[in-house]
Amino acid sequence: MTDLLFLIVVSLAKTLGLLFLVILPMVSYTVYAERRVSAMIQDRVGPNRVGIYGLLQPIADAAKLLLKEDFTPAHVNKFYYWLAPACAMAPAIMALAVIPFGSTFLGQPMVVANVDIGVLWVFAVSSLGVYGIVLAGWSSNSKFPFLGGIRSSSQMISYELSLGLSVIPIFLICRTLNLTGIVNYQIEHGWLISPIWIKGISIHGVDFQALAGSFDIWKILLWIPLFISFVVFMVSMFAETNRLPFDLPESETELVGGYHTEYSSMKFALFFLGEYAAMIVGSAVIVTLFFGAWHVPFLPTTISEPFSFWGIVLGLIHITAFFVKVALLLFIFIWVRWTLPRFRYDQLMHLGWYFFIEIALVNVFIVAIILAFMPKS
Amino acid sequence: MAITINRPKLTLAEKAYFPAILTGLRITIGHFFKIVSGKKKVTMQYPEEKWDKDLPAHYRGAPTLVKDEQGRERCVACQLCEFICPPRAITIHPGEIPEGERWRKVEKFPKEFEIDMIRCIYCGLCEEVCPEQAIFLRKDYAITGLNRQEMVHDKAKLYELGGVMTGLVNKWNEKK
Repeated sequence: MTDLLFLIVVSLAKTLGLLFLVILPMVSYTVYAERRVSAMIQDRVGPNRVGIYGLLQPIADAAKLLLKEDFTPAHVNKFYYWLAPACAMAPAIMALAVIPFGSTFLGQPMVVANVDIGVLWVFAVSSLGVYGIVLAGWSSNSKFPFLGGIRSSSQMISYELSLGLSVIPIFLICRTLNLTGIVNYQIEHGWLISPIWIKGISIHGVDFQALAGSFDIWKILLWIPLFISFVVFMVSMFAETNRLPFDLPESETELVGGYHTEYSSMKFALFFLGEYAAMIVGSAVIVTLFFGAWHVPFLPTTISEPFSFWGIVLGLIHITAFFVKVALLLFIFIWVRWTLPRFRYDQLMHLGWYFFIEIALVNVFIVAIILAFMPKS
Repeated sequence: MAITINRPKLTLAEKAYFPAILTGLRITIGHFFKIVSGKKKVTMQYPEEKWDKDLPAHYRGAPTLVKDEQGRERCVACQLCEFICPPRAITIHPGEIPEGERWRKVEKFPKEFEIDMIRCIYCGLCEEVCPEQAIFLRKDYAITGLNRQEMVHDKAKLYELGGVMTGLVNKWNEKK
């Protein structure tokens, strides 16, 4: 009984800590980063008035959105109109439950739910996000949100396929769906994104015998299909999170505001935050699958004394490393958004159905063949 | 006659998007780093930094009334500016110069002269039309007020903004 109680308390602490200390601030500061980075890419300055360097801008925005009139147009379907913003925000946050965002901290593994179907859970839950958009588009009962909703649903269904197929090679290689297992594989064999992996260097010195074994022809051979899956996964993730160049559900130049045209105040903000939360979750999944999650090269990966000073520091370093990697990926998301123009709708479908699915499918077979000939280690 | 334009044959690299995307990404990150490192500066931080001293002589700011070097008002209340003003921002109440005054021949002077700065479009037609060179667009651009009444510049305010301007004026010429 006390064990169960302990588990509940710890899980709750991890969930709330992750949500309120990391994800929600990260969401609001991603919005800030988006505005600053886009400004700088366009030779502007961006919000720099509220607080030093405009760092309090997200708080001011939140206050503004909360105080705005929450207007419900007369022609909408009230129930679904109110349900949709919640549907947009919740799935993105739910997907975070299985992501290992740190090694161990105070003796507890830093993952809310260490389940064996990890990645499947992420895909299952994150694709529920489309309901928020479809419901918003339909219940708004006006043409532009409706078009946005239609586009979004077809886009998400199309790219779900290549998203799922592109990561199958990883499971073939790691022989597990559990995200913690994938991270452990990457700690042992090197990040899946890197072609060579230097072994034998740690804070204790250099082990030359292990260093000589760091050049592995099989690792390089496997890297080729893995890099292809990384590209396919990354691009599909852009489509899945409705980011430019695939932001057809919103496409403010064509559809006014897309699915959230009829929304205002905090309901609009929920869509906005849901979108950015989905972006963070997407980056977190990419980091977990390809960039070794919380792993920092040349640093110890296991914490032997969790309550000692160095144990706590190392745990914090691992957590920080994870979110630094996520932040770097988010920067790439933003950078791409302010570089590329929007795809046309038929181009988007063409790309998804004619290229990415085929590439991802062939990729699975390539990896399977390589693995069949690879010596078992 | 219709012109046939052949579609350009795209190379494999062009069809694959990625080289073009990478080129684009390099351009944008170049702009980003130029701004971050401060090598390039485009924006002026407005209330702290101003461009006032670099404003050109022909800058069209707020319209003002000017006095001549002896402190006499130039306006003769001919109302040409009032009539030409496209948004009808100017209101003049002319008064008559009484018999026996030194400049009786001028006949009129503005009793009240108001420019509604909410209406003014800074077009400069009033300056162009003025036969006495009494109204000038000066360099004040930050005209603000907390209510509509504050935004109406009366005669005192217009002279305060306008200051002194030297030059030929018909009004003080006996022969004209």
